[in-house]
Amino acid sequence: MTAKFSSGLLVLIATLAFPALAGAAEDAAVAEIVRKSNRAAYYAGKDGRSEVAMTIVDSQGRTTSRNFAILRLDVEDGGKQKFYVYFHKPADVRNTVFMAWKNVGKDDDRWLYLPALDLVKRIAASDKRSSFVGSNFFYEDVSGRGVEEDDHSLAETTDKHFVLKNVPKRPGDVEFSHYLLWVDRVTYLPMKAEYHDKNGKKYRLVEALEVKEIQGHPTVTRARVDDLNSNGHTISEFIDVRYDLGLDESIFSERYLRRPPREWLK
Amino acid sequence: MRPLLPALRIAVFVCLTLGAGRSFAGEVSPAIPSPEPGNPPSASAAGPRFVLPELHGFLETAGGARTQDDPNQPGAFDLGDFRWQLEAFKTLDGADFKYRGDILYDGALDKFDFDLREAHLAASPLASMDVKIGRQILTWGTGDLIFLNDLFPKDFQSFFIGRDEEYLKAPSDAIKTGFFTDYANLDLVWTPRFNPDRFVNGERLSFYNAILGRMAGDRGGISEIQRDRWAEDSELALRLFKNLGGYELALYGYYGYFKNPAGATSLGQVTFPRLAVYGASARGEFLKGVGNVEVAYYDSLDDRRGTDPLTDNGQLRFLAGYTREIATDLTAGVQYNLERMIDHENYANRLPEGSVRKIQDRQVTTLRLTRLALQQNLRLSLFVFYSPSDADAHLRPSVHYRIDDLWSVAAGSNIFLGEKNLTFFGQLEDNTNVYGRIRYSF
Repeated sequence: MTAKFSSGLLVLIATLAFPALAGAAEDAAVAEIVRKSNRAAYYAGKDGRSEVAMTIVDSQGRTTSRNFAILRLDVEDGGKQKFYVYFHKPADVRNTVFMAWKNVGKDDDRWLYLPALDLVKRIAASDKRSSFVGSNFFYEDVSGRGVEEDDHSLAETTDKHFVLKNVPKRPGDVEFSHYLLWVDRVTYLPMKAEYHDKNGKKYRLVEALEVKEIQGHPTVTRARVDDLNSNGHTISEFIDVRYDLGLDESIFSERYLRRPPREWLK
Repeated sequence: MRPLLPALRIAVFVCLTLGAGRSFAGEVSPAIPSPEPGNPPSASAAGPRFVLPELHGFLETAGGARTQDDPNQPGAFDLGDFRWQLEAFKTLDGADFKYRGDILYDGALDKFDFDLREAHLAASPLASMDVKIGRQILTWGTGDLIFLNDLFPKDFQSFFIGRDEEYLKAPSDAIKTGFFTDYANLDLVWTPRFNPDRFVNGERLSFYNAILGRMAGDRGGISEIQRDRWAEDSELALRLFKNLGGYELALYGYYGYFKNPAGATSLGQVTFPRLAVYGASARGEFLKGVGNVEVAYYDSLDDRRGTDPLTDNGQLRFLAGYTREIATDLTAGVQYNLERMIDHENYANRLPEGSVRKIQDRQVTTLRLTRLALQQNLRLSLFVFYSPSDADAHLRPSVHYRIDDLWSVAAGSNIFLGEKNLTFFGQLEDNTNVYGRIRYSF
């Protein structure tokens, strides 16, 4: 970690010392931060699993909850991934399974299994910036936003964080004009994201509330999203996180939608 | 006067079931902890030797009524359900046992009923093989509320009176075996005794009875020749399928019987003629949405040349569909379905004098609009079947609201339109209804 950190620092020093070279060097440094941050946040280990307990609080303080197990497998490090999400609670979605094959450069393939109908449904949701299971988290917060979808620049470097400004390449596809991302300089985990709307107003906040080291991977174990427009928020707790379980890729298939792999869902 | 008595019974039953719901939530739930993350169900509640299975389910009250008089039906109510669904799941020595059943007071027919939805054992005897034995819900194919290669039993009565969409699927008593390899996967489903659809038969919903040549609100003295012999009246369904980089491809085969009475004897009894179906489907990402195509060839084995006017002819069926999210939380889906009678000429030539001649091509288009709002707690939905060839339609507007994690309410309507009594939806015109449901899930 120290070695990686130093190289980043060197690039930064070089950037400051030789303004003429700044453009290219800074681009390289920023690209490196973005790459490492993406890996740290979404690609820890070759695979992983977690129980997730979500508490959704609306503007009037009413709470609802979602409990599910999530399995993840990296098909390519930093690239394609597969997700399997099995719902425990609430009762009306119990045993429902959501599966996604995350693609790079094209829409993800997504399925929903509805047990009461034994129905494997294909989801046609191209909008990744809509609520994930009714929470304030977006689908993209869970699966990761493609790093190639934004232009990144280093807005600031603080004691603890690189602050990246991210501007969408296709503004029409998203609801924000830009977002600021606080990346931990040691772990490269994104610790905070602030989304600004097209009028420049900050309207959405995603924060890591707790980080634990699990099998050598710094891991966010508690996160919060605030919707500043509606005053609703969601807190997610990640419980019993484990990496490198040796998950078989076949788990992420129709067979296991219809017959959940219970050994991994406990 | 007549509707009053069932209404009173309904009210009493509501009080009873909701009361039971409260005591169930209050007393039973804490003793059977749901699996909290990282805190598996503990054995301490029932001693170390036997862990009680998890119990879940719901209590539901549903009521519905026709919006116009139907001279063939006794009252206005077509739906008055008080339903207690209970589900239990248990894993023993690598085999999973699942039970899910509904205890039901059916107010519209004034009777108590037990609808066993699932009771099966599931296991994987080999790493590449799954079996499921017993009562189960089975679904495959790519259509949205249109079924070509899915010949598992449907419950059109429930579908048309406003029960939850899950009741469109009736259970099968079957053995399902799945084989999974890197090349392809194979599902084999053997149903040892024929499971017909729960089709519209005059009970609760009136229909055009072709034998009587009029609308009927009961069975009109017509009897079915049952196919209920074990093994002899069995059904076999198979599916060979593969996911090729996100594109789902499948081949299907079915050997059994028409799922609703597609034949008649000269004495006026209705029958379930033999049927074989061969088909294929593909589904996958298409133009920023999901596209699907499916074909099926229905081989009417008892009337292969189509010359028997009392038995339905074979058909070629085609379906194409496309679904896309057209705005955040707004999804639209369209489908086109063609059912072409294969030996239409033979059929037409042998038709008795004065009979109404069916057209060769029945076409049905569908539209589904789904809008989610209020943090996805509110779901507004419209599903439309429209047949340009039959000039009839079925509209299904509905609204579903999750009050919280326990309570939800739904309301909607089943609207049937059509000039003629002879068409599929047109005959149901007098059954147009509105309904409401309230559900407590646990």
